Amino acid sequence: MRKLLQTLRELWRDPMGKISIIGILLIILMAIFAPQLSHYGPEKMVGIPKSAPNAQFWFGTDNYGRDIFSRIIYGARVSLQVGIIAVGIGATAGYILGLIAGYFEGWVDRVIMCIMDILFAFPSILLAILISTVLGRGLVPTMVAIGIVNIPVFARTVRASVISAKSLEYVENARSVGVKTWPILIRHISPNVVAPFTVQATLALSSAILTEASMSFLGLGIQPPDPSWGSMLSESRAFMEQAPWMAIFPALFIIVTILLFNILGDSLRDVLDPKLKL
Amino acid sequence: MLRGDFGESIRTSAPILPEILSRFKVTAELTILAAIISWIIAIPLGVLAAVKRNSWVDRFVRVFALLGVSVPGFALSILLILVLSLCFHYFSPLGYVGFFEDPIRNLEIMILPAFILGISISGSVMRMTRSSVLEVLRQDFIKTVRAKGASERVAIFKHALRNALIPIITLIGMQIGSLLGGAVIVEQIFSLPGLGQMTLTGINQRDYPVVQGCVLFIAFIYVLVNLLTDLLYAYIDPRISYD
Repeated sequence: MRKLLQTLRELWRDPMGKISIIGILLIILMAIFAPQLSHYGPEKMVGIPKSAPNAQFWFGTDNYGRDIFSRIIYGARVSLQVGIIAVGIGATAGYILGLIAGYFEGWVDRVIMCIMDILFAFPSILLAILISTVLGRGLVPTMVAIGIVNIPVFARTVRASVISAKSLEYVENARSVGVKTWPILIRHISPNVVAPFTVQATLALSSAILTEASMSFLGLGIQPPDPSWGSMLSESRAFMEQAPWMAIFPALFIIVTILLFNILGDSLRDVLDPKLKL
Repeated sequence: MLRGDFGESIRTSAPILPEILSRFKVTAELTILAAIISWIIAIPLGVLAAVKRNSWVDRFVRVFALLGVSVPGFALSILLILVLSLCFHYFSPLGYVGFFEDPIRNLEIMILPAFILGISISGSVMRMTRSSVLEVLRQDFIKTVRAKGASERVAIFKHALRNALIPIITLIGMQIGSLLGGAVIVEQIFSLPGLGQMTLTGINQRDYPVVQGCVLFIAFIYVLVNLLTDLLYAYIDPRISYD
């Protein structure tokens, strides 16, 4: 807890870190209080189709007369939900696999890392599409597909940290006094994995949000009429000349959200692992 | 399959491999153009940022790189199409014409999607170039090169950049590999009949032999590009040998 507070304090001292924390908090609050913030439901047709931004509809309306502002706010819920749960799936599975591969080495390591390398050999968006084809379309399959795509990168990060940590003297001491394998892994080796793992998780969040938006853009992720920034952008393509606001606002929100998570990831890396500073 | 027989499409009954090869030409052209654009932008700017560390140039390059990493290709495509059509009344031509049929028309069609992909990958190449050149510039042999009276240009481009190239090439290799299969969204937006679009159509139509063939081909190309990257190391750095 003390370490966490110290990290947050150091992050706050970095101007870029501060901007990213404030920005991400605003997006999280926007997602939590979506029903209170939006004037209309995301699926309700409340205005004249393709109305330009005005006092009533701040971001204008889409081709069905739905309020774009409300859809953007509810879309933040979807993006964050997919991002957090998908990274949760990828991080948990990757953590366990990386820990086992790095600590036990030998054939266990070879088998696990071989599977991870196979998953790595596919472009992430294509692999996510492929998995979601098997699982079906919608929120849950999208989260699971993106989660599976994220496993290899976590497994590699954790494995590398475990390999370097397990040869440290205090780990060997723990082993020599008879501490069992799992307590060693959890109590002594895991703390060494926290820094790279946290940085990776932040960067994976932005990539998960991006993959969800890409899949929804292609019509393979969140299905209409549920609001998703990617599908909103895709729908806007047919009306770009008559209603450019249909494209501008979802595109800006996607870009800003990914940018904020990337800045946070960079700042976290600078704080937690200054050796890797770019 | 090992004999090159990828079977036939369930939908069209056409053999899959010739279709993959013809689609691959489009994707390969797009990838090569995107890679060239990204090198032209990223490597000089990355070197400049490293040489002028902590200056306004460095800050500009870092912000540009961060934007390059963060702006998704499809969002950039939509915004660029919007700006070009509303402000300049320019519409990217649709359809595809082969390079050898009409090179000018082909480049007219390909330049915008290639530029978007190039910008998307240039962010990470720029970051890698900056950090890699910075690391080499700190080493003693660069001081020796300067002490021997070599010009700054020779010290940076002949000695520092050459020694910094290995991680940059690794990254570029990985990006080319993933672009060959991952350019699916840009292909879709610009209606380019590439390999990504073929895979996506196969997935949407549940044409499993097509999906299987495309996935296998993409994975093969990805591994091949990584192998070529490994072989390139020995050419760039004579200390590396594969004997």
